[in-house]
Amino acid sequence: MTDEKQETLIITGNEASAWGARRSKAHVVTAFPITPQTTVMETISEFVDSGKMQCNFVKVESEHSVMAGMVGASMTGARCFTATSGQGLLYMAEMVHWVSGSRLPVVTTIASRGIAPPWNIWVDYSDILSMRDSGWIIQFASTHQEIFDSILMSYKLAEDPRVMLPVFIAYGGFSQSHTSKPVVIPSQKAVDDYLPPVPDDGWPHLVLNPEKPIVHGNLLMPQQEYMEFRYKMHETIHGAKPIIKEVIADFHEKFGRNYHGLIESYRCDDAKYILVTVGALGEQVKDAVDTLRSEGKKVGSIKIRYFRPFPKEDLVEILGSKNLEGIVVVDRSIAYGSPTGGHISSEFSNILSELPSSLTYLPAVWGLGGRDVTVGDQESVFNDLINLHEENEIKETSNSYINGTLWVNLKVR
Amino acid sequence: MNKSKKQDLKKEDLPSFEDYRDLPHIPVSIGVKGSMGNTGEWRTFRPVINLSACNKCGFCYIYCPEGTIKFDKETGPMVDYIYCKGCGVCARECPKDAITMRRETEQVCENDEDD
Repeated sequence: MTDEKQETLIITGNEASAWGARRSKAHVVTAFPITPQTTVMETISEFVDSGKMQCNFVKVESEHSVMAGMVGASMTGARCFTATSGQGLLYMAEMVHWVSGSRLPVVTTIASRGIAPPWNIWVDYSDILSMRDSGWIIQFASTHQEIFDSILMSYKLAEDPRVMLPVFIAYGGFSQSHTSKPVVIPSQKAVDDYLPPVPDDGWPHLVLNPEKPIVHGNLLMPQQEYMEFRYKMHETIHGAKPIIKEVIADFHEKFGRNYHGLIESYRCDDAKYILVTVGALGEQVKDAVDTLRSEGKKVGSIKIRYFRPFPKEDLVEILGSKNLEGIVVVDRSIAYGSPTGGHISSEFSNILSELPSSLTYLPAVWGLGGRDVTVGDQESVFNDLINLHEENEIKETSNSYINGTLWVNLKVR
Repeated sequence: MNKSKKQDLKKEDLPSFEDYRDLPHIPVSIGVKGSMGNTGEWRTFRPVINLSACNKCGFCYIYCPEGTIKFDKETGPMVDYIYCKGCGVCARECPKDAITMRRETEQVCENDEDD
């Protein structure tokens, strides 16, 4: 593999993440191992050791220091990258807010895994979604290629002076992090042409310079502008929606791969029933849609790519269709005590108020802690939705319908 | 604390924002003395230095986390009570136990060094 020409490599999702950092020419990478992210850092350390990637690879003693290192390094105007998973993300939670609150364009990939106890290291988005309100842009990558491409797009987005916010890119632990697929790695020059170097004199709002000392992270008293700074971040992350679409369109033009927007819809035009989900299962569900379509059932699916900012307008545009009779929103994460049990299905209450009240709405949870979700399971969820809409009850299913939420393959006697 | 001491920064010198859109991305202060305000107002206990016991080693000056102790080799240390938060690190580190922490409401006795 050379840097001069484009090549297709068969690599794991974690290696795709490491390649994203290499092609983006990240200046600083802070590292601490945690399953299933570890091979991202191992791959980057090999790149650095063999001289193929010029960066400060900093080994620290904890995830808290990983993200603290990102704060310090990014404040100097460096392009910063790291990766983590599950408990590691939880441990760095305080520093996660320091990055966004300092408006630093750090990009971090998350190989998502279930949260302990009991220990679990397999795909489950409860880790990344616990960062829901951290002020980071949160994106899901559902293919290996998308992991790599998203890193390039995320630096473009994060470093945009209109945004200046960090980005999380989440993908499934083991199901994506440790499986291998072909990934197109463009030449270094093609990426350099797309992603310009960081500004010489640092970020527009903040740069550490020993010649001009500053105090940052100041204390703001209640009557000072703490509330205004918070509102500005909220407004900025919402305002990032059209910028995300610009970045995706620009990437499509330069590299020929189209990531559609904040959401991707599949066979929704005349659909009566739509399944909404995130991540790789949002890819797999296309097979379930095709099977059910061949049986004459008018179904479609939507994959949410960006959870923050939440793509409300894009969802309402598709789900407002006159043909639509039912929606099922499926989470691979658990939000204890929330109205539905899932993060995304709970967010939907805000969207339902803008949709016809005749719609059947079914929240669902599947695949926690890496439990298999087969195409057949996905078909069963569609069938349960159709059943609920037509019969007002769910019959003959392997899933459990409890207090208004469908728990896929939950073990119940 | 000594109320007659003049503040380094006046409120009217500070920028004020009428509209959130005029704010920068983040609040940043340039490195001037007292950019956090008169932090001495936070103090519950004040460090009082007994100069007759002091051996002028300078530990208090080195350990002060806020840089509020001035040090002169001839005259010894002096606390800037406008900014000293009263953390007590100097009293803990003093090898001669020449620094005592006194409750702010307590009268300081004549032998003790005043600011």
